[in-house]
Amino acid sequence: MLQDQDRIFTNLYGLHDPFLRGARARGDWDGTKALLERGRDAIIDEMKKSGLRGRGGAGFPTGLKWSFMPKQSDRPCYLVVNADESEPGTCKDRDILRHDPHKLVEGCLVAGFAMGACAAYIYVRGEFYNEAMALQHAIDEAYAAGLIGKNACGSGYDFDVFVHRGAGAYICGEETALIESLEGKKGMPRMKPPFPAGVGLYGCPSTVNNVESIAVAPTILRRGAAWFSSIGRQNNTGPKVFCISGHVNKPCNVEDELGIPLKELIEKHAGGVRGGWDNLLAVIPGGSSVPLLPKSICDEVLMDFDSLRAVRSGLGTAAVIVMDKSTDLIKAIARLSKFYMHESCGQCTPCREGTGWMWRVMTRMVEGRAEPAEIDTLEQVTRQVEGHTICALGDAAAWPIQGLIRHFRPLMEERIAAYRGRTGTPPMPIAAE
Amino acid sequence: MAGSPDSPGNAGFEQPASFALDAESEAEIAKLVAKYPPGRQASAVIPSLYVVQRQMQRQTGSAWVPVKAMDAVAHRLGMAPIRVYEVATFYFMFNTRPIGKYHLQVCTTTPCWLRGSDEVTRTCRELTGIKGWGETSEDGMFTMTEVECLGACVNAPILQVDDDFYEDMDAEKVTALIAALRRGERPKVGSMAGRQGSAPEGGPTTLTTLSFAPEA
Repeated sequence: MLQDQDRIFTNLYGLHDPFLRGARARGDWDGTKALLERGRDAIIDEMKKSGLRGRGGAGFPTGLKWSFMPKQSDRPCYLVVNADESEPGTCKDRDILRHDPHKLVEGCLVAGFAMGACAAYIYVRGEFYNEAMALQHAIDEAYAAGLIGKNACGSGYDFDVFVHRGAGAYICGEETALIESLEGKKGMPRMKPPFPAGVGLYGCPSTVNNVESIAVAPTILRRGAAWFSSIGRQNNTGPKVFCISGHVNKPCNVEDELGIPLKELIEKHAGGVRGGWDNLLAVIPGGSSVPLLPKSICDEVLMDFDSLRAVRSGLGTAAVIVMDKSTDLIKAIARLSKFYMHESCGQCTPCREGTGWMWRVMTRMVEGRAEPAEIDTLEQVTRQVEGHTICALGDAAAWPIQGLIRHFRPLMEERIAAYRGRTGTPPMPIAAE
Repeated sequence: MAGSPDSPGNAGFEQPASFALDAESEAEIAKLVAKYPPGRQASAVIPSLYVVQRQMQRQTGSAWVPVKAMDAVAHRLGMAPIRVYEVATFYFMFNTRPIGKYHLQVCTTTPCWLRGSDEVTRTCRELTGIKGWGETSEDGMFTMTEVECLGACVNAPILQVDDDFYEDMDAEKVTALIAALRRGERPKVGSMAGRQGSAPEGGPTTLTTLSFAPEA
């Protein structure tokens, strides 16, 4: 288990002063000028060596992403921080914004400097009003102390940090939708390529990073890539904030090392599954978009990118949603289908139409008012949505249903048989649905 | 998603005949526009819609964005009105029809549902007399909206009142909260169960061995 001295977010729970004085006491803004004096290439190199993989869900190597920014540019370059945390189950960035905001602000300066950006825009989801206020306060303090703005930290580098609030659209967590939204438009994802590093915010080179990825950067640079990569497992390095919600005795956020066994994570930090481990039915291990895992897999699986991928799920945002045996699992997944229907931006037909279709069929599956063969039809439709849309929302809508069918098909068949037994008749045939 | 601002779905309430930005709103929008590069003032459209929604709350007691207010934002930012209508109807947090004094936003997405959001919904309905989502109570005090994941899942279920999250809710806590709102009080935001942020109930399992230099 991770030792306290190796935790990065030392004010995760807000037990201490979140603002400048408290942040400095916890080591933030310590020698930032010297970090910048190492130079752009050295910073990016250190980040690459640390093995940090993006904490927003996709797990793309952060240092490599930074290196895609042009070395020379005649246009301004931007760092865009994705604080549009909306993936069901996920609430880690919220704690960073409200309790450790200076880690993020300092991270913006370091990352922005490394990629040659003139400013950072932090896109905070609209619902995080109080969190955005806390962040703004930290930014105001940092300006007043000369840490950002003109000649940031006395480095000779000018760098601005702005907070931009969204207004309640999950899709804006997709990086190109976020850029569109930041430009004052509907949050509809853009085709890639061109990638944001070439054509991003205002058509300028931009990099979009998750809050946690940026907030850990100063600590990585201070303590070194070797320290960071000594935590966790190979290719899955570092500490990570996990969110444990649902049917556990003590839901919580906690920072522990990547690769911690799921069972240990739940039992050590979240007080165990309600009614004991044997009362576990299933876990969604990485936010609502990733396929669920039945208990048999949860018994052994490790919480990191590669281990979860090997069991056909994913680490995603490391948001662990625990469901005990009292859960109507079909209903739990149907509710996620409704979520994706609500949040589809409507741009691509397979997603716009498919998410509604999948939700309607899932509501019938909850009742059992379906033909057994429709389970296959549902599975096929998820395959037709997956990979056929501009962004990954279509995939995210498909995967939870695929996970349900993969691991709990007998449950769905039982439900259908029970409906038939109760009503004595097969369901009314419904054309195309 | 709501229809266009003039759609028949808006029947049952009146759009004001005019709307003008007041001095407070003008000052706020000027500050917002300054965050973006010259010529990119359209970036300020979402925050400016918040500004006019708050102005409506100041002036009428109901936080919503009438079409005339969208027009005022369009004019101020030099945008075509349709671009502002698109934004105001695409994003969920702009109320395109009047709402009650308090906006009760119940998260019912799976993590909250697993922890009892049905109970929160039921209790809110019983106490306010509201029957369906999007409706306002007869006394004009409360509007109830079903919202998607609020991003505070380890403190589920969440009841958001206007901009504030009330966490770890159950029937009893909802009852106490609504009674307080009726008395004109705003209880302290955050966990209604007395938890420290997102720490596990009973105290953290981590960060217990660290001490920092005095913060005085």
